[in-house]
Amino acid sequence: MTALTNLGVKDIRDGVAGGEFTAREVAEAFNAAVAEAASLNAFIVTTPDHALAAAEAVDAKRARGEDLGTMGGVPIGMKDLFATKGVQTTAASHILEGFNPQYESTVSQNLWDAGAGMLGKLNLDQFAMGSSNETSYFGNVNSPWRKAGSNAAMSPGGSSGGSSSAVAAHIAPAATGTDTGGSIRQPAAFTGICGIKPTYGRCSRWGVVAFASSLDQAGPMARTVEDCAIMLEAMAGFDPKDATSLKMDVPAWETGLSADLKGKRIGIPREYRMDGTDEAILKSWEQGKEWLRDAGAEIVDVSLPHTKYALPAYYIVAPAEASSNLARYDGVRYGLRDLPDGAGLQNMYAATRAEGFGDEVKRRILIGTYVLSAGFYDAYYNQAQKVRTLVSRDFAEAFDQCDAILAPTTPTASFPLGSLNDDPLTMYLNDVFAVPASLAGLPAMSVPATVNADGLPLGLQIVGKPFDEQGVLNAGLAIQRRANFTAKPEKWW
Amino acid sequence: MSVDKATVAKIASLARIKMGDDELERMVPELNNILEWVEHLGEVDVSGVEPMTAVIENHLRLREDVVDADPKTAGGRREDVLANAPAAEHGFFGVPKVIE
Amino acid sequence: MVSTYRIQGATGEWEVVIGLEVHAQVTSKAKLFSGASTAFGAEPNTQVSLVDAAMPGMLPVPNVECIRQAVRTGMAIEAQINKYSRFDRKNYFYADLPQGYQISQLYHPIVGEGQLLIEADEKAGIPQDKVIGIERIHVEQDAGKLMHDQHPTMSYVDLNRSGVALMEIVSKPDMRSPAEAGAYVRKLRSILRYVGSCDGNMEEGSMRADVNVSVRKPGEEFGTRTETKNVNSVRFVMQVIEYEANRQVDVLENGGAVDQETRLFDPNTGTTRTMRSKEDAHDYRYFPDPDLLPLELEDSFLEECRASLPELPDAKRRRYETELGLTPYNARELTAEVETFGRFETLLAATAAKIGKPEAKVATQVANWALSVAPGVMKSLGDEADPSYATAEAQAAILAMQDKGEISGGQAKEIYEIVLKTGRDPEEVADTEGLKQVSDTGAIEAAIDEIIANNADKVAEYRGGKDKLFGFFVGQTMKAMQGKANPAVVNQILKDKLD
Repeated sequence: MTALTNLGVKDIRDGVAGGEFTAREVAEAFNAAVAEAASLNAFIVTTPDHALAAAEAVDAKRARGEDLGTMGGVPIGMKDLFATKGVQTTAASHILEGFNPQYESTVSQNLWDAGAGMLGKLNLDQFAMGSSNETSYFGNVNSPWRKAGSNAAMSPGGSSGGSSSAVAAHIAPAATGTDTGGSIRQPAAFTGICGIKPTYGRCSRWGVVAFASSLDQAGPMARTVEDCAIMLEAMAGFDPKDATSLKMDVPAWETGLSADLKGKRIGIPREYRMDGTDEAILKSWEQGKEWLRDAGAEIVDVSLPHTKYALPAYYIVAPAEASSNLARYDGVRYGLRDLPDGAGLQNMYAATRAEGFGDEVKRRILIGTYVLSAGFYDAYYNQAQKVRTLVSRDFAEAFDQCDAILAPTTPTASFPLGSLNDDPLTMYLNDVFAVPASLAGLPAMSVPATVNADGLPLGLQIVGKPFDEQGVLNAGLAIQRRANFTAKPEKWW
Repeated sequence: MSVDKATVAKIASLARIKMGDDELERMVPELNNILEWVEHLGEVDVSGVEPMTAVIENHLRLREDVVDADPKTAGGRREDVLANAPAAEHGFFGVPKVIE
Repeated sequence: MVSTYRIQGATGEWEVVIGLEVHAQVTSKAKLFSGASTAFGAEPNTQVSLVDAAMPGMLPVPNVECIRQAVRTGMAIEAQINKYSRFDRKNYFYADLPQGYQISQLYHPIVGEGQLLIEADEKAGIPQDKVIGIERIHVEQDAGKLMHDQHPTMSYVDLNRSGVALMEIVSKPDMRSPAEAGAYVRKLRSILRYVGSCDGNMEEGSMRADVNVSVRKPGEEFGTRTETKNVNSVRFVMQVIEYEANRQVDVLENGGAVDQETRLFDPNTGTTRTMRSKEDAHDYRYFPDPDLLPLELEDSFLEECRASLPELPDAKRRRYETELGLTPYNARELTAEVETFGRFETLLAATAAKIGKPEAKVATQVANWALSVAPGVMKSLGDEADPSYATAEAQAAILAMQDKGEISGGQAKEIYEIVLKTGRDPEEVADTEGLKQVSDTGAIEAAIDEIIANNADKVAEYRGGKDKLFGFFVGQTMKAMQGKANPAVVNQILKDKLD
């Protein structure tokens, strides 16, 4: 049965529908693979019963000749940022340890409605704050990848590091991720898988633990572009409970897939050629241009002049929103409460939050609190939101000349866990290519391109116009067909 | 602008995060590094530029005034609301006594 | 004209400067950002949604009715309506604030500058009509409620009110006496109730005021102000001002300085004190709520709001004076409350129809009845009266009989008493209880003839020029007729016979 774990979303769905195997067999195979892979620490909790129950429901439907749904029989991993009814939801933070939601997030509900089941809740950077999956209260996530000739534990990227690790290790065919400033694309690039962040507003944020509301978007992580298209279609949709949700029909992305890019113009932003970017990455970028040209696209130079200001703007806007979004974790209604002897209400808050939040979360709350505090609002927050307008305008102008933008996903390949811990700033720079699209709310995807000299995966990023997930997926598919990325991490776990 | 220990202590207090001396000391250079870096934003000429309000063109939708229209955002579910409370008593959330 | 209200200090006279921030609960069925009910008095935490409890991942979606009511209120105070507004987060930690922030409007409120007229009231110390400026109205979430006396070491949190929509109506610092502030709150309450945007029920907390008070020597700059929170009656608002103004004068005259601070009012002692719990919460770190987009109002929405506004107190009062010919006093009294003018207009219409005269011809009679006669009867009966019998039809019937001279004023009261006690038909009461005036000239003439015969001396005196005696004859006649004679008929016959 191990062969089943080599299958992705489309193959499982079609295989179940075609009677090649049952959904229960698939769920059992992945449950077993998950159980074997504890050393990856990709899951915070596993939910084999949930996966089995969903599988049995799909098998029963098939027996009755009913529609199985677009994800029928596919067990997935759920990032532990999505509230799942009756299943602990922590955002990888001590402050939410034991929190048992009485509600289901819209996105996870959409997936269950489409016939998917849940293997477990995936580890992540605490409150999705991090780029290496080292800020989780529940321990680091290990990448299944290692440098050639080394046993050093590598980062699966972050914040959706549990998701990327699980999908790359084939212990889940696909997983949900969330992307605030690169948290789907960067881990996808680090682990040789695909991941797409849709246009802001495509996926409902209702029931997703908030990090930075104006940036947070859910999206799928899987091993192929087709699988991402299928899963995104299941996740997306208008939700009246989210005031920022897009009131638009979800396009048929799966059936709309086409690797033929004739007549399309792909922009190459000159400002993305930055110091400190790996040679191998620059080379893969060049290769990417060739592939897209080969697919029929015209390659054009474009300019995104405010690129270098995107990351600093992000590191004002995101912490500011986070400092407010995380105020609700106060030990009153749910989660951790630390009540020192004789403490009053305000002391209880301070003790609870000191005990419950990790260092990176505290750092960002402090930055966010500072930039919003009296006298600094205009200089920091307002200035950052103006720069954000400029970043967004850059893209709009670039899209007058092209249909999509091709860039590296990250400036480097994965790094060993622990190697960047001393320097938050260097860690932040990992998202330098990912953040501009986040600030502008644009759909963006990472697709594996190649491996570097150490045998570690490198990803390419495609950024599209608002609402043009199809264009992004199509360019991704064109790369996938030409990159023929078949590298797999050697199983050590 | 840079922060000193007293400022960090004040911010931590505003954010209700208890911090010991060591932790405050450690935070000072970390925050200053980050602040120094984000201050590059000051170089950008933003004259005439409006701060971003909606990242994707969209309008604020309003809902009709109907009680409990959607069970997911409805009242009448006290048990659910209190289910995770560290101290739920007699249908209330309990907190250390507050003196107003 | 300036108010003459002054605090007499040891160093001379002080003027009080008052601004009010009134929090009015918006009349809506569901909360501002969730579907939970706003009904008053439910069991604790039973009207709390996951959104109101600020569960992780919950999001706000605004209720259109709350927006509509705020706009209508703004129109009622002739304010600028901002077609573009935004919701901001006001960040602070407190047990009644589950999100750790209140969604409010700081930078772009929905309603801009407006104004409100308070009327002259000599007795209350308001010599002339005065316009009080209104700075803004914004929409925001109410907080939950803390209970402190149910457990020795804990406070209890009830979130039923959490997320209920409030309008914060911010006045300019234009008031100069407790009386003006009281008149302002009463007038504002009246307007809100006319518009239907707030029930104005201060006992249930539907309206609370934060009272900003400072003192200064007349003509000098504004002094430092204090803000006394959550004052929930007109009387208390006036008490707070009295107390705070005197306290501040004492502080200043003793060489001290007034602290800009938040204070609490104790209704039992009529005093205010520093509020301990919110002292360090001054840096609210407002920023636009990223869960909500800007609120943009369409012209059609504004037109619909305007079209739905009723006639407002000032316009109604003017119309009562000019078209109905009521006295300024009566017009003001009748238009002060929604219930009062509602009852009056119903009764006026019924009476005019019953009598068959235009409303303007009977308005004064109806106004006097509605403002003094009817309430007097009701009050004198106490529990014996059943208010459900006080129908417009019954009262109109009584007023019509009076208008035709069939009953006297005294009889009208007597009939109304019986009606209120029994619900019987007023005309039937008048007939069967003998409560009608006699206009039969034969009976009256007979009585008068007898009186003239029995009082020849008085008749001689009267005819000799002692005019005052006319009243004596009227009295005797009414006595003989057991008070039921129509006074006009009596007068006429007496004049005919004596002169």
